[in-house]
Amino acid sequence: MSERRGIELCGVPLRGRVLNGSGTFDAIAAHRVFGDELYERFPFDAFVSKTITLAPRQGNPPPRLWETPAGLINSIGLPNRGLQGFLASDLPRLAELPVPLVVSVMGFSLDELERLVRAVSERDEVAMLELNFSCPNVETGLIMGADAGETARAVERLRPLTEKPLIVKLTPNATDPAAVGAAAEGAGADALSLINTLKGMAFDPRSGRPWLGAVTGGVSGPAVRAVALQQVHAVAARVAIPVIGMGGIQSGRDAADFVAAGATAVAVGTESFRDPEAGARVGRELAALLEERGAESGAGGAARLGA
Amino acid sequence: MSGARRTRAPFGRRRAIVAEARDLGAYRLVTALDTGGPQDPRPGQFYMLAAAERWGAGEGERPYLPRALSFARARRSGEGVLLDFLLEVVGPGTERLAQLAPGEGLWLTGPLGVGFDCEPSGTPLLVGGGIGAAPILALQDELGEAIAALLGFRSAAHAEAASLFAEAEVCTEDGSAGRRALVTELVRERLDRDGDRTVYACGPPAMLEAVRALCAERDVRAQLALEAGMACGYGACFGCVVPARSGYVRLCVDGPVLDASELTDAGVPEAGR
Ligand SMILES: Cc1cc2nc3c(=O)[nH]c(=O)nc-3n(C[C@H](O)[C@H](O)[C@H](O)COP(=O)(O)OP(=O)(O)OC[C@H]3O[C@@H](n4cnc5c(N)ncnc54)[C@H](O)[C@@H]3O)c2cc1C
Ligand SMILES: Cc1cc2nc3c(=O)[nH]c(=O)nc-3n(C[C@H](O)[C@H](O)[C@H](O)COP(=O)(O)O)c2cc1C
Ligand code: FES
Repeated sequence: MSERRGIELCGVPLRGRVLNGSGTFDAIAAHRVFGDELYERFPFDAFVSKTITLAPRQGNPPPRLWETPAGLINSIGLPNRGLQGFLASDLPRLAELPVPLVVSVMGFSLDELERLVRAVSERDEVAMLELNFSCPNVETGLIMGADAGETARAVERLRPLTEKPLIVKLTPNATDPAAVGAAAEGAGADALSLINTLKGMAFDPRSGRPWLGAVTGGVSGPAVRAVALQQVHAVAARVAIPVIGMGGIQSGRDAADFVAAGATAVAVGTESFRDPEAGARVGRELAALLEERGAESGAGGAARLGA
Repeated sequence: MSGARRTRAPFGRRRAIVAEARDLGAYRLVTALDTGGPQDPRPGQFYMLAAAERWGAGEGERPYLPRALSFARARRSGEGVLLDFLLEVVGPGTERLAQLAPGEGLWLTGPLGVGFDCEPSGTPLLVGGGIGAAPILALQDELGEAIAALLGFRSAAHAEAASLFAEAEVCTEDGSAGRRALVTELVRERLDRDGDRTVYACGPPAMLEAVRALCAERDVRAQLALEAGMACGYGACFGCVVPARSGYVRLCVDGPVLDASELTDAGVPEAGR
């Protein structure tokens, strides 16, 4: 077993390359379930909060889950306490985690986004911000992250508001995610993360009606890995900023594929549902593989693996 | 310690070994030897289970995620604990778990969730419907054999599960074993005779809702073990919510046992809207 070597992501030192996918690990609930052992063996090298919005949301009506072949469709609907609730009750507890904190935000207008970014970046506990652009801008009706122009406009507005690194999370439900990624980079994003979930749907085998309470949902897990690898490859080829790759990662082998596709770091999402410690396992396996391939040398390793 | 409703799980999943597996009428009883977890899970708590090998490639190329199962009985065994799981095969996940043979590996996470409050006011009344008998058995083990359980099943084949109980009154829908009645009729009779009780129930949504309504009418305290589709079992996915008075609650961390007073309707079905 090899030591995990640290990396730097947007200037923030991390002890390894594995983050969690936003919304796939609730460190506060997990601490209630597993106790201090969670902190002692924290599975991720940075922790990404679930996406918060300006106003509280209770999320979508159940059922919210459907299992697919090697995957999952979810229609959770971003339940969260809202900005104020997050700052008051969640942030102090997330600050206890032994790794840097990334806060994921989503706004339904540029104004909302401005308020979220300003308030979150004021807090010292927060190392980076992730902008979840997989939602419609109510002013234009366009999915922010599906359109290069919308993305550039949003990042340009938000960039001057914070000195903290801004990660733009790309949606795979776009005609050309690489163009969106390049637009985000051009507007000042410090890193890109992808993929978010792919749009999906399931029908109740008994009634023939849509199964999910919200009718449609997002697909994740190994079922989307091949799609994710291609998108990471395409995006990483277009930009110079670091890419955080995710989508169906179950093992160090899978993670190494994302590194080969051009990712600097990776995130584990749905696999944590099967194995709460998956992030740590992926990190160990990845470190060993990269060392074996003689490529564990920071960002240059990615390029060599990809060659 | 008997007041605690939750025994904490070690972090992560661990490998347990199937010690025994046998049919019990229409159900399957799988016993796992768990040497990596606590010996004292609380009645009503559950584990997430997955076969260590060949998990997947069943019907519809599933299962993929682990499956939630209540432990039906826990017995200390040397350094570990023997956990009995009572299984009803309803799809590819339970089908694979029912195929497990002694010696095979089993991934376990748990014990999870909040179990029953084992300090009842008045005499406890234990009620199980179908596979919902599983956590009720663990509860009877905890509260003492003298506490009879009212158990309702579809047929005599399902009612064989009652043989695990020290003391049970059985009814079936088709009258093939015990009284021909719904278990909720037995509950009504008991409550009419003696209302100073705490009712503990687990079963299908319609049964739980009937129990909830019967208890609410009579001001009887009830604790209900509910079911919801789960992906993670430890609060990570927000997928297992049920509507409660306070809004949606995650059944895996705030339940699966909920006080009936927290619910306006315990019968919310998974789908079929
Ligand atoms: C806390 C808790 C404790 C439980 N304890 C027990 C127990 O002790 N014993 C026991 O036998 N069971 C128990 N269950 C139920 C058990 O978890 C489910 O029966 C099991 O997950 C079903 O998996 P399956 O693959 O066999 O069936 P599935 O195919 O998953 O079907 C089960 C039900 O899920 C729905 N469904 C069908 N297809 C899908 C799909 N692709 N994705 C999502 N949902 C689908 C349908 O409503 C179907 O009836 C418990 C559940 C919970 C939440
Ligand atoms: C249940 C669930 C909830 C999610 N919630 C969020 C979220 O709040 N914000 C976000 O940016 N992505 C969210 N995602 C997407 C994941 O972060 C990740 O991008 C995606 O699931 C792909 O990775 P995976 O296949 O490893 O899960 C969610 C995914 C799942 C399965
Ligand atoms: S099953 Fe994932 S939050 Fe309850």
